[in-house]
Amino acid sequence: MLSIDNLHVSIEGKPILNGINLDVKAGEIHAIMGPNGSGKSTLSSVIAGNEDYEVTKGDIVFKNENIIELSAEERAHKGIFMSFQYPIEIPGVSVTNFIKTAINANLKARNESEMPANIMLKKIREKAELLGIDSKFLSRSLNEGFSGGEKKRNEIFQMAMLEPSLSILDETDSGLDIDALKVVANGVNKLKNKDNAVIVITHYQRLLDYIIPDFVHVLHEGKIVKSGDKSLAHELEEKGYDWIK
Amino acid sequence: MAYTEEDLKKELETKEYEYGFYTDIDSETFPVGLDESIVKAISKKKEEPEWMTEWRLEAYKVWKSMEEPDWANVKYQKPDFQAIAYYSAPTVIDPNKTLDDVDPDLLAMYKKLGISLDEQKKMNNVAMDIVVDSVSVATTFKKTLGEKGIIFMSISEAIKEHPELVKKYIGTVVPTTDNYYAALNSAVFSDGSFCYIPKGVRCPMELSTYFRINQAGTGQFERTLLIADKDSYVSYLEGCTAPSRDENQLHAAVVELVALDGSEIKYSTVQNWFPGNKNGKGGVFNFVTKRGICHTNSKISWTQVETGSAVTWKYPSCILKGDNSVGEFYSIAVTNNYQQADTGTKMIHLGKNTKSTIISKGISAGKSQNSYRGLVQINSRAENARNFSQCDSLLMGNKCGAHTFPYIEVKNKTAMVEHEASTSKIGEDQIFYCNQRGIDTEKAIALIVNGFSKEVLNKLPMEFAVEAQKLLEISLEGSVG
Repeated sequence: MLSIDNLHVSIEGKPILNGINLDVKAGEIHAIMGPNGSGKSTLSSVIAGNEDYEVTKGDIVFKNENIIELSAEERAHKGIFMSFQYPIEIPGVSVTNFIKTAINANLKARNESEMPANIMLKKIREKAELLGIDSKFLSRSLNEGFSGGEKKRNEIFQMAMLEPSLSILDETDSGLDIDALKVVANGVNKLKNKDNAVIVITHYQRLLDYIIPDFVHVLHEGKIVKSGDKSLAHELEEKGYDWIK
Repeated sequence: MAYTEEDLKKELETKEYEYGFYTDIDSETFPVGLDESIVKAISKKKEEPEWMTEWRLEAYKVWKSMEEPDWANVKYQKPDFQAIAYYSAPTVIDPNKTLDDVDPDLLAMYKKLGISLDEQKKMNNVAMDIVVDSVSVATTFKKTLGEKGIIFMSISEAIKEHPELVKKYIGTVVPTTDNYYAALNSAVFSDGSFCYIPKGVRCPMELSTYFRINQAGTGQFERTLLIADKDSYVSYLEGCTAPSRDENQLHAAVVELVALDGSEIKYSTVQNWFPGNKNGKGGVFNFVTKRGICHTNSKISWTQVETGSAVTWKYPSCILKGDNSVGEFYSIAVTNNYQQADTGTKMIHLGKNTKSTIISKGISAGKSQNSYRGLVQINSRAENARNFSQCDSLLMGNKCGAHTFPYIEVKNKTAMVEHEASTSKIGEDQIFYCNQRGIDTEKAIALIVNGFSKEVLNKLPMEFAVEAQKLLEISLEGSVG
């Protein structure tokens, strides 16, 4: 589904990623771990199409198409979703209105007609129920005054609504207590199936107790220095990142 | 005998003839410049009674002794008042003109706003077929309003048909001496609307639908007088979301509202005059005086969406004279390119237990300057007066400005006055977040702006709100690179 080949990325002339290679197939969960400043969040932003970063070399192929030249919204239309580490606020725009706008924008980009309101509402109710989201929550302004847990749950709710092929969870565990973490992880597990893929980006192993990865990669100084199965995550937890350097 | 559709059809036909008559004597347009004889001539042309002529002359004298104010936070080349023609015949319908002759940009904008072909024709002085549908609608409206005793007509007609009402109220809320532009308007006002709602009557419709069908171009110096008698209610909509490219550069309107005991007036405006081009050339100067007086237990609510004009100078205000009266001001002001707006409100608390609410949303883009200027005045007799003000500014890009000038004067210890203000910027992170969800940048801005303006948009009547929302999007198109 996703194939990253020799990806080099800089920001303001400073190299951050130095030759990333990664293959993600449908049905797989990949975890990318690494110390602060290793380039984890850069990698997720670049896959999502953030233009603050400059790709100096390499390719990102998604569903057999090189997407390096595509804008962020075009990548979203093709089925790439990113759960933000710091979801932004949009005052006055309700969770419902935002997701409705997003879904219809995606349908329009695929030349499909807008989703009728009754079907939209039904879908919103279903997904909210699946993730244990209260209906009052849906009429609140997007991320405004949300707790850390609410923000992340809202990201997973949007993921559930948009049904992307590839979801990148950027440090979804940061700022969550253990209960909130379980709720979010549970949501991701419910949405996982054989046709979609997930990349979990995290500093700590604890999220991986709840979202079990098929592969774990360790990122250091902009390169994947070690790959393995889920036992690698435990090893890192025990020995720390110094062991890998 | 009942007034039928046929009668109206005939009336419309003869009116067209009248217009034709005016074209023939085109030389009757007044020479440029302003002096007493011009004021007299305007009054004569409109066949006004003597008291009205005297009133205009009085205003002219006052105007002559005044100076154009320059305290507002706007910069512009002051108009040459002796280079303006103060009377021109009603807009002429050109029978040879078709929509093909109209600027395609303008037509494209109409399409985006979903404005009907007939309305487009009307706005561009293109001859209209008599459409049975709209004729019958107009007739029904006339009948419904008439049955309730509601008077709704042009102010010129009202001066002739209801002189006692006009004489009693005109200039009582905005005196001729009020300010430079109000004095000028009082001397030379061209036309405008008059509305009277009798005691205890609830006006059964928004007074716009009628307005939009029946009112043609309103001219440069518009005068509106609206009186809600005891315990009555009216919702009045002014303006149109469609862009108006008026050739008159200076617009100085006066609106006076009188809310008698226990009545309620809701006054909504959408202003979309020509803002000038991208380089700041041309555009309308909009210097408006709008004020309402609230008697005991009455309420006046102003809602405005201001997106047009090169320079705007406008402060819809409430004098809360009666005890327990309520004043509200909800405003969205958008400036883009080189537009300048200095707008806000005055809430003058005179009566006991008076309450006012001010919600102002300023959106600046391009190289524009957007100022909120507001006065909350609690007088010594106004026991237990309450005010809440909230002024929010949203900036787009690095070259525009947002300014807030709140003035608060409190002379009574029991008053409670609250003021909140915020300034925010549409961030690239917000745009990226939307982009990542598949929403393109233009749509993302519209979403953010609508969210920002929601509290005010919610105050507009439903159909107007939808149009206003689209208008906000169009006004800000291309404002983020």
